[in-house]
Amino acid sequence: MTATATRPATDPAAPVTAGTGFLTSLRVFSVRSLKKSFRDGESMLMAILLPVLLMLIFTFIMGGAIDVGGGGGREAYLAYVMPAVVLTAAGFGASYTAVVVSQDVATGFMNRLRTMPFPSVTVLLGHTVSSMARNLIATAVVFLVGFAVGFRTEATVGQLLAAVGLILLWILAITVIFALLGLVAGSPESANGYGFILLFLPYVSSGFAPVDTMPGWLQPFAEHQPMTPVIDAARALMNGQDPGADPWVAVAWCLGFMAIAIWLIAVVFPRKTAR
Amino acid sequence: MPYTTPLVDIDGLSQSFGDRRVLRDLRVSLPPGIHALLGPNGAGKTTLINILSTLIRPDAGRARVLGLDVHADRARLRRKIALTGQYAAVDEALSGMENLDMMGQLFGLSRSAARRRGGLLLDQFGLTASKSAKVSTYSGGMRRKLDIAVSLIAEPELIFLDEPTTGLDTRSRQALWDEIHRLADHGTSVFLTTQYLDEAEALAEQILVLDDGRIVAEGTADELKELVGGATIQLHDGSGHLRAEHATDGSAADVSRTLAELAAQYPDLAVTVRKPSMDEVFLQLTGQPTEGAAS
Repeated sequence: MTATATRPATDPAAPVTAGTGFLTSLRVFSVRSLKKSFRDGESMLMAILLPVLLMLIFTFIMGGAIDVGGGGGREAYLAYVMPAVVLTAAGFGASYTAVVVSQDVATGFMNRLRTMPFPSVTVLLGHTVSSMARNLIATAVVFLVGFAVGFRTEATVGQLLAAVGLILLWILAITVIFALLGLVAGSPESANGYGFILLFLPYVSSGFAPVDTMPGWLQPFAEHQPMTPVIDAARALMNGQDPGADPWVAVAWCLGFMAIAIWLIAVVFPRKTAR
Repeated sequence: MPYTTPLVDIDGLSQSFGDRRVLRDLRVSLPPGIHALLGPNGAGKTTLINILSTLIRPDAGRARVLGLDVHADRARLRRKIALTGQYAAVDEALSGMENLDMMGQLFGLSRSAARRRGGLLLDQFGLTASKSAKVSTYSGGMRRKLDIAVSLIAEPELIFLDEPTTGLDTRSRQALWDEIHRLADHGTSVFLTTQYLDEAEALAEQILVLDDGRIVAEGTADELKELVGGATIQLHDGSGHLRAEHATDGSAADVSRTLAELAAQYPDLAVTVRKPSMDEVFLQLTGQPTEGAAS
């Protein structure tokens, strides 16, 4: 850029908007994203219906057939499967983030924000807040249905909170990943497609069936994929058992995913202009 | 005339995406007012708007808007401009008022100030009746109006409009033109892109013709017509059908010579001498016909 002689700036008396800081824009976008998701009737219905249906299917249809040890049949399976149902439903709920982020890019909304006087990355944080709210509801639904169909536990309040905390950390991690996918997806439709990956991943983990019942070639993946330690740790905690080192492995996975996704967002976001 | 800071001041501006040179060494200085960037698809109009509105940092050259460098002073510049892009960038899930309220707060207005000013703008744009309806229920024209209203919430000094009437019907288009004129009357400057000649002619004080990344002409609609020059002689029969047409360079000598030749050939036909249309100007400047005006 060439240096130039300084000209007098425009009329200093002209109105200049103040712009806004991080906290105000975060509040404005959180309100916006929450309104958006709660007004999207079909999405909200799916967000509630999916965990209810999964709970009922796995309790009443699969629950009698799958033996996970413990000899309790249906009730033992219920205690076994609940964290996987939460994570499956959460994968669906978080994938909505990719769709709304990609809509913001495709409509030029993101471009407009980036010409405005405030930190525009808060628009992504607003979508993250609303994803957490949606998934918190889905998680609550799973627990309510669980208690209604016979889930009982001797876990302490601290253990239950730790289990929910781990689940929320995982949801936060995949929400950030979906925000990144929404930024790089070509269109809202293709962003929607990414949701399917996380809808199927929990089936190839210790979530619905013990890993040692799977064929040998599948076991290494199922044992070491990131959802397995999250699910194992959450399951042990909510059933009042000692989770061993699993919570720490789970936390490491979540933080690792988040660090990489946030770094990539920092690279991609400033370059992202819709054409 | 008192000296004022140019609205837009560009010197040696170039931009490439990969191997593709989108803007080539642009130089222009514009006073406050309404200006139109006219050009065919792919000429580089949106890229120039994106640079001037601080979205893209230019590869080479200097661009100042309202006296502020588009990159070095972008934080200050963003408080004085607003961008209305090619698609209506409003939130479909929110109502008209909620969109205005949200954007007003992001520009730094208090909630009550944002709602008050939002109400005035909805009134001005004739959207008051739909202020609480979700934008997804709006027509294309209403959406466009809201889109521009959103850009005006914080009273910018300059508003960028990227193809504001593309996809609108004739009536909505005229209504939008009226709004743009009204903005100018209130002292807001407008920098718009268009591929429609009639739109540039109807709105802009100054027209920049952009073709293949170069500014090929600059001036008022009349100046552009003079630049191309000439006059066309047309001969019509009794029922008004065009029977013959002949271009001249516009000088009295050439017109009378051509007329004499045509009179010998078609002694009974009626004569009209016509100045070039903007279409002909555009064709001559860019070597290609327009996309067709939306009329």
